[in-house]
Amino acid sequence: MLLISCPHCGPRDEIEFRCGGETHVVRPGPAEAVSEDAWADYLFMRQNPRGLHAERWLHAAGCRTWFNLLRDTVTHEIKAVYPMGHARPEVA
Amino acid sequence: MAGQSNRLPSGGLIDRSRPLRFTFDGRTYMGYQGDTLASALLANGVRVVGRSFKYHRPRGLMAAGVEEPNAIVTVGDGERSVPNLKATEVELVDGLVARPVNCWPTARHDAGALMGLLGRFMPSGFYYKTFMWPSWHWYEGAVRRAAGLGTAPAGPDPEIYEHHYAHCDVLVVGSGPAGLAAAVAAASSGARVMMVEQEAAFGGSLLTTDVVVDGLPGRDWLARQLRALGSLPEVTLLARTTATGYYDHNALSLLERVTAGPVRQRLWQVRARRVVLATGALERPLVFPDNDRPGIMLLSAMRRYVAQYGVAAGRRAVVFTNNDTAYQQALALHRAGIAIAAVVDCRARRSNAGVTALERAGIPLIWQGVVEKTHGRAGLTGVTVATPAGRRRLACDVLGMSGGWNPAVHLHSQAGGSLSWDEAALMFTPGKVGQACRSVGAGNGQLALADCLADGYAAGIEAVRLCGLPVTDGPPPTTDVDGGSTAIQALWQVPGGKAWVDFQNDVTAGDVMLAAQENFRSVEHLKRYTTLGMAVDQGKTSNINGLAILAEQCGRTIPQTGTTRFRPPYTPVTLGAFRGAYRADLFRPRRQMPVHEWHQAQGAVFEDFGGWQRPVHYLRPGEGREQAMHREIRAVRTAAGLFEGSPLGKIEVKGPDAAEFLDRIYVNTISTLKPGRLRYGLMTNENGIIIDDGVVARLGPDHFLVGTTGGNAGRIAEWLEEWLQCEWADLRVVTMPVTTAWATLTLTGPRARAILERVGADFDIGAAAFPHMSFRDGHVAGIPARVCRVSFTGEVSYEINVPAGRATALWQRIMGEGAPLGLQPVGIDAWMDLRTEKGYLHVGADTDGTTTPLDVGWGPAVSRKAKDFVGKRSLLRSSNARADRLNFVGLEPVDGVRPIPVGAHLRFTDGTVGLTDGHVTSACVSDTLGRPISLAMVRGGRERMGQTVRVLAPAGAFQARIVSPLFYDPEGERLNA
Repeated sequence: MLLISCPHCGPRDEIEFRCGGETHVVRPGPAEAVSEDAWADYLFMRQNPRGLHAERWLHAAGCRTWFNLLRDTVTHEIKAVYPMGHARPEVA
Repeated sequence: MAGQSNRLPSGGLIDRSRPLRFTFDGRTYMGYQGDTLASALLANGVRVVGRSFKYHRPRGLMAAGVEEPNAIVTVGDGERSVPNLKATEVELVDGLVARPVNCWPTARHDAGALMGLLGRFMPSGFYYKTFMWPSWHWYEGAVRRAAGLGTAPAGPDPEIYEHHYAHCDVLVVGSGPAGLAAAVAAASSGARVMMVEQEAAFGGSLLTTDVVVDGLPGRDWLARQLRALGSLPEVTLLARTTATGYYDHNALSLLERVTAGPVRQRLWQVRARRVVLATGALERPLVFPDNDRPGIMLLSAMRRYVAQYGVAAGRRAVVFTNNDTAYQQALALHRAGIAIAAVVDCRARRSNAGVTALERAGIPLIWQGVVEKTHGRAGLTGVTVATPAGRRRLACDVLGMSGGWNPAVHLHSQAGGSLSWDEAALMFTPGKVGQACRSVGAGNGQLALADCLADGYAAGIEAVRLCGLPVTDGPPPTTDVDGGSTAIQALWQVPGGKAWVDFQNDVTAGDVMLAAQENFRSVEHLKRYTTLGMAVDQGKTSNINGLAILAEQCGRTIPQTGTTRFRPPYTPVTLGAFRGAYRADLFRPRRQMPVHEWHQAQGAVFEDFGGWQRPVHYLRPGEGREQAMHREIRAVRTAAGLFEGSPLGKIEVKGPDAAEFLDRIYVNTISTLKPGRLRYGLMTNENGIIIDDGVVARLGPDHFLVGTTGGNAGRIAEWLEEWLQCEWADLRVVTMPVTTAWATLTLTGPRARAILERVGADFDIGAAAFPHMSFRDGHVAGIPARVCRVSFTGEVSYEINVPAGRATALWQRIMGEGAPLGLQPVGIDAWMDLRTEKGYLHVGADTDGTTTPLDVGWGPAVSRKAKDFVGKRSLLRSSNARADRLNFVGLEPVDGVRPIPVGAHLRFTDGTVGLTDGHVTSACVSDTLGRPISLAMVRGGRERMGQTVRVLAPAGAFQARIVSPLFYDPEGERLNA
């Protein structure tokens, strides 16, 4: 059970959140200008790193706000929490 | 009733003034308050407490704690019974009834013991090798009956379990010297401390050893510290509480066995800032031929039975060891009055304080000796010891084995910590930690009391400091007792006959070696192939011996071989504890609609739809379900019906960019909608798959009310927010789900307008002023109402949305005005058939995870829309426009009579082999049309109007004709009336 620091509500149990998967995925468009390959990449291809992973989470049973975090997929350590729209921070 | 022949005249922590009567395996015995079932059985001289898993060999107690592999019992009767408990963890209470598992009719006379005679035919992988032909499934039932442990009760568990949540600064697991020192250190600094102990009494080894701490006898020091801790408001002390799992971010699960009150067990979930693991160490058995006879025990268990329960495991003991810790323990047994026939040590002669003391007491010490053989059928009568000088037989009724110590590293490992092998001490000790925790004391490989006290205290202080709290440091507790030497020498097995490694699963050293020969060389493979380390004890006594033998056999070191993965729980947890209070009515919330009580009073039959209790139909006296449904349908078609659709999703979408936002969300265009009008819309996901449909109302230039299906109300509200927050944060839009704020009462039928006129609306509801697909914000019967003229039935319909608290008043008013005109309440069954007759799409019933808007006839709408929207790029893929995709169509039997079953597959050709050409998604025998109709997804269906297709019904295939789904009022004259 992860302990996630919601930027608005503070540290809460994982059960209050929903993971939205990899963040910073850029949506290509407009539709008519997107190649099949680029669309398939957007729909299906995701990072699966051993180590730091940037993902977006929703505080579903709280403030209902989406935010980003950096999580180590090996230790589950959360290295950074940052708002939607912000660039991935550099962490040690 | 037998006497307590093995109870010592004095000693132990039991209350001899409180005798308790209990039944085991059909016989009645006496024990004392403070006994466990195991200590009471031992006191009564019961040697055979169970039968082994595979060979049904007689087995006796081997341990005194949770590591016990043999004495597996079922406690209680009927639905309250609990199978697979270790007798060592069952506290004795008056009237306790227990029986051993895996034997019949009793443990002493067991029919399955015949298996033991076949034992040489059952090596590792026996089942896999033997029961292969023609199929394992031919044998599975019989084999599973013969093997296996206790039986789960058949009925629901009537006991009460509860969940409890807690936070603390420092959680200390274990209350032995190290844990207690840690808790004292942390608590005296003012930290919020929890200390948990799996046994009934705090203190660990302080209860069973004669030591001096801070100048006091160990037990007195323990009592003083417990009193001090108990007086601190921020300290929680939990006995009978096992830390069963260590999860991410210092979340631990604790299982508390409750002894008073109605609750049987309490499952705690604790989030601790720091954890101190003082989990102690478990003694290892030795592996030698016939080492499983009743009477062969762990030496530490013998000592604990004496010290804690005043029970002598036997009258004449042989001790067999490979390490120095055995000598102090043997000395303690000698002092308690147990005759020590000899101490057999596999090593060359050595000297330590214990050796000197034993020699002075005249106890024979046999050096370079091993126990090569044991004697006695249902209980030990003697052992044969081999030394370089030759063999000799020693008479004894109990053998204490001491094969070294395994620190209980389970929680440390569950927390993601690594292990390091200490080659000198022959034990795995905690290495790098995975989380904010620290192991101390014997759990950290420190066997000497002085080290445990110092290490525990230091860990308590460190935990407080790492929590960022002020530290009140004092002198750590000290002892002047010399722990003595703990030197050890490897003796992983004594070759000869059958030597047990895993007593619970009947795995021998030979099985381990055979598995290695057959190339099951990974410990994880060894475990699955031989069952070593499985079942309720998860290898607490067997794993290290097993992997050491595997390592030897494979020519590897022990650290190279490694351990199997430690997973929660540390000891088994009853399923009821996981369930807690979440059963029956509390399993999940049952949502009731605002008019629920009226429905109930009118004979509504309720079913669960997306968590809502909804009337399926309203039964009148003497009516069956079908009759009720048809009556309701006829009312709607000929007069009027009133239906509660309150679960329908309602989401307000507001802001200067609201229209633009909805254009991007819906497959069709919303921005062209005029205020006061409604539009039906489809939503897809980015794969172009339909996820929801519903009606959008434009309340004003910047204000929309989005309608969703009942089951998707929450999901679509979240979906809109995800797009707004994560993708289009620049759009000036806010959303607000208002589903439960508004009740939805749908008045439908040819007399609906007349009834609404009687009820009274403060706006013109005439056909011209308030046409189909329009919206009015006003009052109905004086109640603020948002009224949508939209239809699910094909008749004139008014969806009247009013504040939920006023719904029943309005409902009753409408019923009162409408009843003279033939108005009836309508349940969901009739509602669905009315919908099917009209051929309206039902997302989730007619569509599935492959259905696109193009499949349901929305191709022209998609190609007309120039703007981008969610899923558009996927809909542009050529494969989505293929002519052989499944299309949404109507279907009617060619003979006009045979009902078409929902779910039936369709074929254009003969036979049943090959790809399906579609399936039936909705069907009914239309009351209105007087014949069966259905809706279906058919391959290329739109281009096949009028053609026939075979319906593969369970009763036999028959022909159906592909038609438009609009069965009822295709011109919409009634709808627009």
